Amino acid sequence: MRVELTINGAARALDVEPRMTLVDCLRDVLGLTGTHVGCEHGACGACTVLVDGVPARACLMFAVQAEGYAITTIEGLTHTRGALSPLQDAFCATHAMQCGFCTPAMILTAHALLAENPAPTRAQIVAAISGVICRCTGYAQIVEAIALAAERARAPAPGTR
Amino acid sequence: MKAAAFEYSRPETLEEACAILSGAQGARVIAGGQSLVPLMAMRLERPARLVDVARIAELSFIREEADAVIVGAATRQCVIEANRVIAVRVPLLSRAMPHVGPAATRARGTIGGSLANADAAAEIVLVAVTLGAQMTHRRDTRLRESGAAAFFTAPGITTLPERSCLTAVRFPAWPEPGLGAGFHEIGVRADDFPLLAAAAQIALDAQGRARRVAIGVGGLAATPLRLDALAHALIGRHAEPTAIGDIVTEALAAVEPLDDMRASGAYRRRAAATLVTRALGDAAAAAATAGRRGDDAR
Amino acid sequence: MDAPRPRYVASPRRVREDRRFAAGQGRFVADIALPGMRHVALVACPHAAARIVAIDKAAALALPGVRCVIDGHDLAAATQPLPNGLDTPRVRRWPLAVGAARYCGEWVVAVVADTRAIAEDAAELVAVDYDPLAFVLDAEEAIGPRGPIVHPAHGSNVLLDRRFAFGNVDRDFARSTHRTAFRLRWGRSAALPIETFGVVASHDPWRGVLDLWASAQAPRHAEEVARILGLPSLGVRVHNSVDVGGGFGGKRGLKHAVLVGYLARLLGDPVRLVEDRLENMRGGDAHGPERIFDVEVAFDDSGVIAAMKMRAIDNVGAYAGPAALQLGAPIGAIVGPYRIASVLYHAIAVTTNKTPQESMRGAGQAPTNYAIERAIDEVAARLGLDRVGVRQRNLIAAEEFPHTIASGTTYDSGDYHAVIEKVLARANYPRLIAERDQLRAQGLLAGIGIAAVLAPGGGNFAHGPLLNPAMTTTTFMESCRVVIDAAGGVVATIHAGSAGQGHETLVATIVGKVLEIDPDAVQIARPDSIAALPSDGAVGSRMAIMLGGAAAQAARMLRAKLVAIGAHVLDTPPERTAYQSGVVYDAKAPQRRLIWQDLVQIAHRNYFRLPPGFEPGLAASHVMQVPAGGKLPTGDGRVQMDPCFSFEFHLLLLTVDPDLGRPEFRQWFVGHDCGTVINPMIVRGMTLGGIAQGIGAALFEELTHDAQGRPATASLADYVLPSARDVPQIEILRHVTRSPLTAFGQKGAGASGYLGAPAAISGAVNDALRPLGSAVNRLPMKMSALGDLIAVAREKAGAKPGGAA
Repeated sequence: MRVELTINGAARALDVEPRMTLVDCLRDVLGLTGTHVGCEHGACGACTVLVDGVPARACLMFAVQAEGYAITTIEGLTHTRGALSPLQDAFCATHAMQCGFCTPAMILTAHALLAENPAPTRAQIVAAISGVICRCTGYAQIVEAIALAAERARAPAPGTR
Repeated sequence: MKAAAFEYSRPETLEEACAILSGAQGARVIAGGQSLVPLMAMRLERPARLVDVARIAELSFIREEADAVIVGAATRQCVIEANRVIAVRVPLLSRAMPHVGPAATRARGTIGGSLANADAAAEIVLVAVTLGAQMTHRRDTRLRESGAAAFFTAPGITTLPERSCLTAVRFPAWPEPGLGAGFHEIGVRADDFPLLAAAAQIALDAQGRARRVAIGVGGLAATPLRLDALAHALIGRHAEPTAIGDIVTEALAAVEPLDDMRASGAYRRRAAATLVTRALGDAAAAAATAGRRGDDAR
Repeated sequence: MDAPRPRYVASPRRVREDRRFAAGQGRFVADIALPGMRHVALVACPHAAARIVAIDKAAALALPGVRCVIDGHDLAAATQPLPNGLDTPRVRRWPLAVGAARYCGEWVVAVVADTRAIAEDAAELVAVDYDPLAFVLDAEEAIGPRGPIVHPAHGSNVLLDRRFAFGNVDRDFARSTHRTAFRLRWGRSAALPIETFGVVASHDPWRGVLDLWASAQAPRHAEEVARILGLPSLGVRVHNSVDVGGGFGGKRGLKHAVLVGYLARLLGDPVRLVEDRLENMRGGDAHGPERIFDVEVAFDDSGVIAAMKMRAIDNVGAYAGPAALQLGAPIGAIVGPYRIASVLYHAIAVTTNKTPQESMRGAGQAPTNYAIERAIDEVAARLGLDRVGVRQRNLIAAEEFPHTIASGTTYDSGDYHAVIEKVLARANYPRLIAERDQLRAQGLLAGIGIAAVLAPGGGNFAHGPLLNPAMTTTTFMESCRVVIDAAGGVVATIHAGSAGQGHETLVATIVGKVLEIDPDAVQIARPDSIAALPSDGAVGSRMAIMLGGAAAQAARMLRAKLVAIGAHVLDTPPERTAYQSGVVYDAKAPQRRLIWQDLVQIAHRNYFRLPPGFEPGLAASHVMQVPAGGKLPTGDGRVQMDPCFSFEFHLLLLTVDPDLGRPEFRQWFVGHDCGTVINPMIVRGMTLGGIAQGIGAALFEELTHDAQGRPATASLADYVLPSARDVPQIEILRHVTRSPLTAFGQKGAGASGYLGAPAAISGAVNDALRPLGSAVNRLPMKMSALGDLIAVAREKAGAKPGGAA
């Protein structure tokens, strides 16, 4: 089935089976492997992408349903090759990851949170990321990264910490 | 975990959607897909055709009437969560929304999808039963209505007729000023599917006594229960948790609770009483606040 | 030359791997797409036990896009069985069931097709005729008189029954004034990384190599796969560069790799199997331990414990690979941080019709620590003593290290008292008790949890020969090669896969420290298994010790070479030749010096300037044997299990909602001593992550079965993992007691947090329940069960005045 998707600002015309999920389409058809598959039943959140700027699970959406929405993946956050966004940099500053498998989903979720709420409280950060499961970190350094990114955006300061 | 093959249609209008549904064997409506797609991925559901109604404008609306708020079936849960009219006129629905899955599924999930898939633990189903919502559905060109009490027959099973499309849900809007709602749930994990949930909406009189009450509990039995006798018994009383605990416990004593590996029947009954009491307490407190705000406005 | 030397080790340097992960540019196994790659789906047995009567593949084979359909007979005809961990030669196991399936979810048929979706379509069309057999799920039932036998050829459901008597237990019990006995259960949970296991195989007949990309942390994966497939040992190449999406001990996947390797050779096409979450949970064979402990301790009036008897029954599931050896690993820390003089340890491994286990974080030490800590709490309760005080009275003191415990293992170092004092001071223990009592006065159930536990690290696999006499491996290696190229660039190698432990950062930091150069300038390479030096992989909390140790030694050898070149060229005696930050100089005349580029030039280009007979170029390799390891166990089972022993002390306050049974953490302090910390951010993250896993294991994670023996927790909708809401804010207090056995004094941290959290949470919940006269002696302590326990206790209390009895 013919479908036109808008991925990270670019229009992509593809031919997919209706049963292909958005995450499989991103990964297997478009080669955007930064979006990860953890459970395929909407429980772990590893496949989170932004649909019109809002986090959504790409395993719970068929690619054919995604037509007409602006889909943002982790690849869409780095505009310059080799340069991280301030949020991604904050994740590195606090070592907000270990294996890196849930990391793109966490970062996209945090990206959407900060776009809507530039000064979230700890509780708001926790609530925002609670739909994405991380098995490695116990979340503390993720929460700290998001708070750090928010703080830096409010008072941009050079250097790290 | 790949879904079995299916055909896909995305009609522009409700009429077209209904025509496809009535013409195709094994067609199913999909909107947000947050309940249906996991079942399809596990091949527990295998529709021959999906009819995508997510973008049909006439299914996505929130309309206020004199005695009701009508919500289009394809209205997304995050939209309902943020809606002011619902917050004021159907506060229980508003109050329950943050409990519906994580934000990422509320972003796509619709009210109709939650109701049509009728997950035993779904918060929206509980609210619909508690408030006595009316489901409007359409087959071909014929519109029909079903009351929530009769709509949900078992987990995952509704009386929605074959080849029909749920089009709207009508939530009664109580005429009393100063409504309050309470919603409490517990799950194995803090933001998991709830094991048990309790929903309450209250209108108070000038003396702060319950004037109108709706109470429901989910997870206690196979489908959500509306506790009318309890609601009736509370009329004219103050609903502080300390005052009503015994009445609530008594009201639930008659229920035959589910008993399974997740929790014993005895646990469910006790915990349900606690959650109902807390939901009622919250509802009464919220109603009192809303009432005071209303007085100030006048 | 007296500029301050930069500090790399123990400074919060960024973790270099993070950049690629934050950009979504990790390279996980599922990201590997080879041209013409085929996909595997599996037909799993729907019964807990069944004879496979017939398999009809015709309909599946007829589906367009299907490449082949194989069953257990096909595979068994061409491969060796999978290895057993225990000495049970009649327990035979292949990736696909042969003749009979022994648990619900066991793979029966593999289907290969052009896409995973088609493979799943075809899997549904495979008609398997099963004859369901009697099954057993409970370990005690399995060893009872009526338990159906899981492996009739083995003749019993007992795979291991071994008693270890360390010290004079009978005498110590007889001399003690008190004893207490109790039973505990550690429920079956699993590591469940967010990435399932996956493997891609591609066979190159022209080069005679089977290439494997796997999300594997398994030691010697290539060697094992080659042996089972009957290939030359270097005919399998494992690519260690694959990023592994979480391991925690269980990412092994030998059966997966054997199956996929076989299929790739059979078809001549690359083949991929990435478990879906259902396959992962039911047939991924990576469940964690499931144990029943019977513990008895003998103690005196002051709470000093003289002796312990511990029987551990492990329900290992339908087959037992190396995971079953986890019953032996805790022998190396069987007395925890305590001075218990004698121990009787009775280990029983039982096979049942459940999914097999894989090794998991801490190799069985977390359940054992839970049992030890419950014993201490029991002693304190019996005597009416403070639980911290009883612990302090039993601790091994700082001046007693190195300390050899009854089971023959020597603890390297520690200062347990200091760590505990630090935590008690920070938490203000008396105030914490007052806070608990205040919460109780408010009608809540409140409890303080305490755990003082050891985390062994270094992993020498001594539990292998200990439990299986057929095993004689006592060599457990890790390697590193450091090379300075002709342009002066430095590269160091890692010879195993990583699953988020930051090994690249570890090696770069250490090489940077030894050579006194910027770690960020150190390139890291991961040779594939054919090109690799010996490695036993990222298991057993060993990489900081072993990979770090190998890197340090290789870098030191290289530094010595640089100094030797400098001494020769500057013509200074070796003792006068100094090295700093890449510069070699005459200590008496620092202006006489050779800078980095000079040294590199001489080593690579100017052979005439090298000392006579000197090896040109700048390369050094070190293969490290685990410190203190290498000996076989004695006849009575005494053995050095691990080299290094980290310590952690948890002190937490929680409440339990008396009506709902819902626990809520209020405060949590951890004192952690894993010796020198190479990277504080990595160690803190691992510890907090371990605690999160411990919260899951203590409160809700359990893999359960229904009455038919089918998994009742088949997906992540039913088996829930802790989310950000479930993990409270936790303060970690660091203490450093260097290990004398390692390069920088570092110890292991891979299982930190996980080894103490379940014990501490259990202690807190039991403290909360104590006023009701209730106790809970199993994990997980599910909310609903706690609610029921509280209700029963309250009813009893309420009934007492009435005197109903």
